[in-house]
Amino acid sequence: MHWWFPANASSYGGDVDRIFYVILYITGAVFLLVEGGLLVFLVRYRRREGRTAAYVHGNNKAEIVWTTIPAVIVISLALLSQKVWSAVKDPAHFPKDAIPIGVHVKQFEWQITMPGPDGKLDTDDDIFRKNEMHLQVGRDYAVRLTSQDVIHSFFIPAFRLKQDAVPGMTITAWFRPTRTGEFDLACSQLCGTGHYRMEAKVYVHSAEDFARWQAAQAAGGVATPSAAAADTPRATGGMAMGHSGAMR
Amino acid sequence: MAHAAPLSAPRAEQGLGVYTQKLGMWVFLASEVMFFTALIGSYIILRWGSAESWPVPHEILAIPITALNTFILICSSVSMVKAYAAATQDDQKGLRRWLLLTVIGGATFVGVQAFEYHHLISEGLLPSGIREGSALAARLVDTGKVSATAAGLFGSAFFTMTGFHGFHVTCGVICMTFVTIKAFRGGYRGGRYHGIETIGLYWHFVDLVWIILFTIVYLI
Amino acid sequence: MTAAAMPQGAGLHAGHDDRPWIRRYVFSTDHKTIGIQFLFLSLFFLLAGGLLAMVIRWQLGFPGTPVPGGSILPDAMAPGGVIRPSFYNALVTMHGTFMIFFAVMPLLTGVFANYLIPLKIGAPDMAFPRLNMWSFWLMIPAGTLALAGFFVEGGTAAAGWTAYAPLSNSPLYTGVSAGQVLWCLAIVIFGASSLLGSVNYVTTVINLRAPGMTWMRLPLSVWALFITAILALLAVPILAGAIIMLLFDQVLGTHFYLPTGGGQPLLWQHLFWFFGHPEVYILILPAMGLVSDVIANGSRKPVFGYPTMVAAIGGIAFLGFIVWGHHMFVSGMNPRLGTTFMASTMLIAVPTSIKVFNWLGTMWRGNIHFHVPMLNAIGFLSMFVIGGLSGIFMAATPVDMYIHDSYFIVAHIHYVLFGGSLFAAFAGIYYWFPKMFGRRMDERLGRIHFALTFVFYNLTFFPMHLLGLGGHMRRIYDPTQYPFLAPLQPINRFISVSAFLLLTSQLPFAFNFFRSLFRGERAEINPWRDNSLEWTLPSPPPHGNFAATPTVYRGPYEYSVPGEVEDFLPQDRPARAAAEAH
Repeated sequence: MHWWFPANASSYGGDVDRIFYVILYITGAVFLLVEGGLLVFLVRYRRREGRTAAYVHGNNKAEIVWTTIPAVIVISLALLSQKVWSAVKDPAHFPKDAIPIGVHVKQFEWQITMPGPDGKLDTDDDIFRKNEMHLQVGRDYAVRLTSQDVIHSFFIPAFRLKQDAVPGMTITAWFRPTRTGEFDLACSQLCGTGHYRMEAKVYVHSAEDFARWQAAQAAGGVATPSAAAADTPRATGGMAMGHSGAMR
Repeated sequence: MAHAAPLSAPRAEQGLGVYTQKLGMWVFLASEVMFFTALIGSYIILRWGSAESWPVPHEILAIPITALNTFILICSSVSMVKAYAAATQDDQKGLRRWLLLTVIGGATFVGVQAFEYHHLISEGLLPSGIREGSALAARLVDTGKVSATAAGLFGSAFFTMTGFHGFHVTCGVICMTFVTIKAFRGGYRGGRYHGIETIGLYWHFVDLVWIILFTIVYLI
Repeated sequence: MTAAAMPQGAGLHAGHDDRPWIRRYVFSTDHKTIGIQFLFLSLFFLLAGGLLAMVIRWQLGFPGTPVPGGSILPDAMAPGGVIRPSFYNALVTMHGTFMIFFAVMPLLTGVFANYLIPLKIGAPDMAFPRLNMWSFWLMIPAGTLALAGFFVEGGTAAAGWTAYAPLSNSPLYTGVSAGQVLWCLAIVIFGASSLLGSVNYVTTVINLRAPGMTWMRLPLSVWALFITAILALLAVPILAGAIIMLLFDQVLGTHFYLPTGGGQPLLWQHLFWFFGHPEVYILILPAMGLVSDVIANGSRKPVFGYPTMVAAIGGIAFLGFIVWGHHMFVSGMNPRLGTTFMASTMLIAVPTSIKVFNWLGTMWRGNIHFHVPMLNAIGFLSMFVIGGLSGIFMAATPVDMYIHDSYFIVAHIHYVLFGGSLFAAFAGIYYWFPKMFGRRMDERLGRIHFALTFVFYNLTFFPMHLLGLGGHMRRIYDPTQYPFLAPLQPINRFISVSAFLLLTSQLPFAFNFFRSLFRGERAEINPWRDNSLEWTLPSPPPHGNFAATPTVYRGPYEYSVPGEVEDFLPQDRPARAAAEAH
């Protein structure tokens, strides 16, 4: 369904979704209980001729129940969440031998540096692209985020990953894509007038396709969407948007 | 608050047993604590969280004269206490004398601070950093002792913290002047000491903030 | 400092009032007048913020098309009526700024703390009436500076109401210079106004309670306003410090938050959210207090678990100081801190749910009168529950990774601030209007206002949860630029149309409010049959409030007391034995 999460494409995305659903069921149940209870009370205890309200100041037992149960629930949710959080964000748990990718963000584009066949960055065979990232399915990647100017945020909805890029800091985020396909990378921190048009594409290839792509880069480039096209705002999304492209 | 009404009027519920004016001042000072915490806390984070080499304070700031200034401010707190004691005992001559000394002490402090600012700025320390070609630049930055950015941040934090403190002392001096004038006109006769005690609280607070600032910014 | 200390003349009582017109209605030190002045100020800014929201929703629903009436806007903002991206960013910034600092805070605190506290505790006025007057009048330059930003070159602040550095302190990155400076000054002056108010509220509640008005006999509205004032006292100065450093970065060349000068952008976030989280409790606690009063009254029943309710207010306030990092889970802050902040954030659900269950407990076995304030209080309860539950999703760090800075957050914010604070504010206005102005608002128009608002409010904000789950980011000028957001565009259009209808639904309220000021039916002294002290006074109460200091014999929620003829028992009515002795 379009109006829900994009299909998961990363190794920990399923864990993130699982926690979401656990919370959804619990909060959904609480919602029905509370709102349902409210409705019942509104009908049952509405003012009627000759009725008097009960002169009751409280009930300690009830207080203990509705203090303890929510406490137990939220503490459990915290413990459940902590494992996933630690696996995704704790540098101590980052996969060893993850392939490094440099992502240098600026107003208003993503400057992405991918290693060449040697698997290392800052070497001669590095591949540089604007607003495009090419990955191989099933491999671990560690993105090194830096910012040229203001705070941006690296958000790949399909991977369930988000990490701010802060000027003056180098921040690492890791992921492992689990499906091939074309995914969106968006900026999700207000970064100026062009914040709305920082779209980039993440291509996850099968092993053979990735090898072919990488070889083509060394040989002088296959036709992939170029930097220039990515830099101008365009009216997309199936809506005739009139002036939006021209606005600056 | 008890009304100056017939004796049979019931007394209000007293919250903490502190008269209203003084309670108001305590409440206000709580917010001032938070304000200075934001500034001083930021300095601590910036300085001790920095990877770069920060200037050693005594290489830029004049510790001896500031130490003397600190002493003057502490003395003005002492004279404030004396003024309060005099007010409680209805010693009008003592009250006026000690209040006057407090005003002079406070004004001297501000004056010396202003002189120090002038000196530092001419040496080359600015809120925006160390001025190129200045004496400080030659001494510290060009020799590589400190990085220009760290020195700049030091300037930013120094002027902001001490500047707001100086602003608070100045406001205190102005209020203290009004209080002193009122004392000279007999406004605190008959053991009426509440106003003296209240402004005394503010004065001691401003002194305490300075002692903390002096320690963290000048000495450490 | 010394002169302003005593309430206006020790021994002020209600009596002959010979103040000149300007002292009575303009530069007044009477807390009731000041409260009403705050009411008009906040309603003005509520409208201004709402209009800005309409323009934002137009652009989101119909991107790139001219806004109706937009041709009056200058080219720098909207050539041909089509909003520029830069102006859009300014709109979202000022919508948040107006609503938080100039509408909801003054409305809940400025109006109700000022108006109600002295009346409800049996005092003639606030502890420092002159400081109180300054508290209102400082809002005028603050508000003017906030509005002025729209008229300067480069436009008004456009870095979000959260003003993250280095976007906010670098004209290089936004094109905005004077506008952001004006914003900073406006908030600092607002902070001074808030401080003067807080000093008054705290001191007054501690020291000016009438005999018999012990702490545990205070109405929950007073408790909530008192604790809110303590929160403001401690949190707003942090904001002031942070903004002063931001301002200095802009005008004095300092580098507190600029990495190029060795500064730290995260320092801004820590300082801002250390204020910002208590701030949201400042925005909701008074609402909770007001609603407690109204629900007990509408149910004709004592509040369920009064001591626990007080403890819960305190618990929320205390915990509110140790959760700020949950706004920064993905900020680059040490992830281990994310764990600690998640723990404290999850815990805050506990006192909050205690309050929800206690409100339900208050209505249970009650005799519910659905007067307009009660309708709005029920609206508060039902909508705040949704807002609170949605908060649990973002408290869970992995889920927050996905929904941070998305429309799921926008949905949450508006469920607690509109569904929560604003419905409570409406309840408060309908409830205390008769006391303030001596006239009643029209009940039928009130019901129509509530029903329309409730429906269109949910139609506007509930779908935003869906947008967020689809990945829709916040503060995006044109969602159609991202192909993955295209399927969500119909939702955006639906929300926009609902929002226009939501604003229109406020017309019955505006009409009702202003017409009732002049032509409303005269109000009796106690139209809601409430127990609290203000309902023993004429409507409106005279300057000085009580002719003689009242004595309080019981708590404020003694409704339906067995053996009493009426289903309410005012706080100042002597106990039965004493009465019988006369």
